[in-house]
Amino acid sequence: MADIQELKKIASQVRRDIIRMVHAPQSGHPGGSLGCVEFFTALYMGGVMNHNSNFNMDGKNEDVFILSNGHISPVWYSVLARSGYFPVAELATFRRLNSRLQGHPATHEHLPGIRVASGSLGQGLSVAIGMALSKKLDGDKHLMYVLTGDGELQEGQVWEAAMFAAHHKVDNLIVTVDWNGQQIDGPNEKVMSLGDLEGKWRSFGWDVMHNENGNDMQSVLDAFAAAKTKTGQGKPVVVLMKTEMGYGVDYMVGTHDWHGKAPNDALAEKALAQLEETLGDY
Amino acid sequence: MLQNITSSGKKATRDGFGDGLFEVAQANPKVVALCADLIGSLKMEKFIEYCPERFFQVGIAEANMMGIAAGLATAGKIPYTGTFANFSTGRVYDQIRQSIAYSDKNVKICASHAGLTLGEDGATHQILEDIGLMKMLPGMTVINPCDYNQTKLATIAIANHEGPVYLRFGRPAWPMFTEGMPFEIGKALLMSEGSDVTIFATGHLVWEAVEAAKSLAEQGISVELINIHTIKPLDEAAVLASAAKTKAVVTAEEHNYLGGMGESIAGLLARKLPTPMEMVAVNDSFGESGEVPKLLEKYGLKAVNIENAVKAVLARK
Repeated sequence: MADIQELKKIASQVRRDIIRMVHAPQSGHPGGSLGCVEFFTALYMGGVMNHNSNFNMDGKNEDVFILSNGHISPVWYSVLARSGYFPVAELATFRRLNSRLQGHPATHEHLPGIRVASGSLGQGLSVAIGMALSKKLDGDKHLMYVLTGDGELQEGQVWEAAMFAAHHKVDNLIVTVDWNGQQIDGPNEKVMSLGDLEGKWRSFGWDVMHNENGNDMQSVLDAFAAAKTKTGQGKPVVVLMKTEMGYGVDYMVGTHDWHGKAPNDALAEKALAQLEETLGDY
Repeated sequence: MLQNITSSGKKATRDGFGDGLFEVAQANPKVVALCADLIGSLKMEKFIEYCPERFFQVGIAEANMMGIAAGLATAGKIPYTGTFANFSTGRVYDQIRQSIAYSDKNVKICASHAGLTLGEDGATHQILEDIGLMKMLPGMTVINPCDYNQTKLATIAIANHEGPVYLRFGRPAWPMFTEGMPFEIGKALLMSEGSDVTIFATGHLVWEAVEAAKSLAEQGISVELINIHTIKPLDEAAVLASAAKTKAVVTAEEHNYLGGMGESIAGLLARKLPTPMEMVAVNDSFGESGEVPKLLEKYGLKAVNIENAVKAVLARK
């Protein structure tokens, strides 16, 4: 487990990986990926999850993470590779023909670390609940972690799942909402307001926590630690995590413009100049 | 022998599902079940009474049910989902496509009240497109058993089949006529040998085909009757062998002719062995409310329609 200074160094390298991964094929989603770097780095490398990089699909006797907003695959792939799930060099194959690193995460090519395909939004929470139920049946005390987008909460299936989890007391589950306030067509508030997001989750029967700075490593670690203390008490737990889309690259931050667009050569160079190479590029 | 195929009474195919599920629950502790507020309709009571901890009521939320099933399968369980065929397929197609089929999950999608024989509830619930939807998904096995006994055997067999399965059955009490006959996923069931024409039938219409074959025998026409309970993967060898022998084919199913079993057989024959063929199926329309026999009559799915199709194909031979 890395200490906070090491985690910050890893985060810088993950951001470099993201820019390079989407730049090479001129395709992918850098904005949301950059905004969730601290979340993924803390989760996999900051001691939050007890997980096994020698991958087993069934996830028995370990904590398991499900990514529901699959389009931010670059950050997940980078952190999985940097955690030892597969060779870092394989990041170069992202979105290329015959790659295990599909544009959106998939199990079909047997990439270690991925347990279900995601990309069509709103489905990951249901899948995680299924695994959480199985852990309870098997007496496995480990936890399920899920990340969803905020725009993704416009999908009805999320609320079907939210209702189920509360009703069936699925309390071995921590959901984090990447609340960057942006989606493809613009700000959530303009496209489809999420309204009283905290009130929605609370009224569905969830324990609602906040992380006001999802781009601060310590804040993310603290939020996970606090959320863990709420598990096992009869309620599912959600963390509303404020992030900035595009965090770490000056011209990408805080706008939806880079949701699903790759930088050209000059802009990629400009982005990489802002991100220290700490672990070595692939 | 055709004359030996007789009905020993009537029971619904969904009862076969309920009894099969109860049996497989006892044999295999990995089996779990989910239902979207239709426990009684799916006959899941005995399972729930036997192992309540392995049953999950999801309420009227089928999309969530498919996702939860995918998660349970990921963790090594063998989930059986239960709801009506309409809500098992069209309503949740993307959930099945991404979280189950593309993700290679070992989920058993069990669908009752398929087809016109749902009866009085009408077209909102009478799905006639489900076989087509499901057979188009790579890796999906599609099974449409014909009576109580075959549905029970299929329900038990799919637990030992690794991979996603769509199991389609129905609401009404229906003749039971396959007792003692084997069931193997992907293996066509030869019910009666014949020489003039082959009838490939699936689901409830197998019984109509039995009656048609008996009537045709009295008229001197020798029918080879083959039950295609597994529509995907299709038993291509059995279809080709029989078509080569009789050189005339009729298909019969309670489904739109577009996307159904007949279409699968037509595609195979077109590629490998062009053969005169007629299809007894719903002619690209929705259903409507009504009593089951009258519905089957109006939509052309009775034994007499199969007989007429046989005569039509023999004229083209």
